[in-house]
Amino acid sequence: MNVQFRERTESASPLTTTTAIADCDIHPARANRTELYPYLAKRWQHHLEVYGVHAYQGMMEGPPYPKAQPNASRRDAYPPEGGPQGSSLSFMQKQLLDPNNVQLGVLNPLNSGQGIRNHELSAALCSAINDWQIDKWTSKDKRLKASIVVGNEDGMTAAAEIRERAGDKNFVQVLLLSRNVEPLGQRRYWPIYQAAEEAGLPVGVHAFGFGGNPITPSGWPSYYIEEMVGHSQCQQSALASLVLEGVFERFPKLKMVMIEAGFGWAPSLAWRLDKAWQRLRSEVPHVKRPPSEYIREQVWWTTQPMEDPERREDLFDVIKWIGWDRLLFATDYPHWDYDEPSRVLPAGVSEANRAAFYLGNAQKLYGVS
Amino acid sequence: MARHVIAPVDELPPGTRKFLEIEGRPIAVFNIKGEYFGLLNRCPHQGAALCEGPLIGLAQSKTPGEIEYTKLGEIIRCPWHGWEFDVRTGQSYCDPRRFRVKAYPAHVEPGASVVKGPYVAETIPVTVESDYVVVEL
Ligand code: FES
Repeated sequence: MNVQFRERTESASPLTTTTAIADCDIHPARANRTELYPYLAKRWQHHLEVYGVHAYQGMMEGPPYPKAQPNASRRDAYPPEGGPQGSSLSFMQKQLLDPNNVQLGVLNPLNSGQGIRNHELSAALCSAINDWQIDKWTSKDKRLKASIVVGNEDGMTAAAEIRERAGDKNFVQVLLLSRNVEPLGQRRYWPIYQAAEEAGLPVGVHAFGFGGNPITPSGWPSYYIEEMVGHSQCQQSALASLVLEGVFERFPKLKMVMIEAGFGWAPSLAWRLDKAWQRLRSEVPHVKRPPSEYIREQVWWTTQPMEDPERREDLFDVIKWIGWDRLLFATDYPHWDYDEPSRVLPAGVSEANRAAFYLGNAQKLYGVS
Repeated sequence: MARHVIAPVDELPPGTRKFLEIEGRPIAVFNIKGEYFGLLNRCPHQGAALCEGPLIGLAQSKTPGEIEYTKLGEIIRCPWHGWEFDVRTGQSYCDPRRFRVKAYPAHVEPGASVVKGPYVAETIPVTVESDYVVVEL
């Protein structure tokens, strides 16, 4: 299996990389339940105490943890001062940012108020998370940049949140999740794309979400391992929907980032879409060009979790189709399926491609140098 | 092969482990039910400090629906991606043909023999009256 793990002598593999890198998927966590209260109106604090949150699906608090590791996180990522993994800036600096020479870290908070049925509460929580990201993270470490979290199921309030944050250098993208009430190309989400396009911000679609639908098209699976691979199926539906509803056609400057759902499936999805489109084009005349063109022009991909084909050449073939200029390195810190920067890329990649892969593509896409 | 004295036995009771660096190598020594095992504290997958993971058992299934859970407390699960290794041998359970962690023999020696050598005491003062855990490297 995994080609990059060929037997090696110990000394040949430094554990820290000296190359400067961008980490395009970092998950900051709240140290405790009330950490957001300073950013929430009293009305919503009381609402949470009295009613809690009512999500489109159960188990929102608990993506029934531990899921492979406690809090779905690395066991060695508990901050020394206590609290869950990912909740301490100083420990994140020590464990992730400094040793790996991270120049740009993009924060993607999860469990942040998306996918909540009460849309006002959802908007309030998302806005609070955004303030909290500035206060606790980006204002304290200039390497870190935040994603604007929005109440995704209500396109209008989501767009308002984006407009309010537009131009604020603390933010570099809008964050959506792949599992929503409807496939992501549908009209209720268009105001989000419009606002993001106007603001010049890419829209990241992170695996996961709380739309209430099973993760597989054939129902709820039995095992966590099925959920792990289900994320890419889910992301494929989201991307097909974005193309076929004409989102890319309507918003030609929109940039989408597919986060944490792999990328090995990208060529085959694009080939299937192209083939079907040649025969069924008249059903979707608003899709003016072959679907693969939109995908190659308007979509970027974070690397974690990297596919590990048995023959490294297979991975290079996929990347060649996607483009070395489209991949954004990510670790997924502090989560347990973390990718270690010094080990993740097989040997035999040119200097220019390595530099783009680890840092250049992200700096360019997010407008940060 | 040098022998290293790493702890008096009572500092490493059953169920505990000790982390140390010997000749520049990160090593962990485990006491599992009175037996001692040394492992390189570096995961062959992506390099995590392997031995900081939990000790679990080995779940195996001969036929679907039947689960056998053995080797309780003898399987170390990597703190990052959860690959499992047998503490006794360093053998991997994901891909045993290709991946193993280096195992170092560890055992107990009486103080009298340790003081005579050929042992290197790492950090601990050695007396003849007690027993010591010794790792071969
Ligand atoms: S580093 Fe140990 S399983 Fe990946």
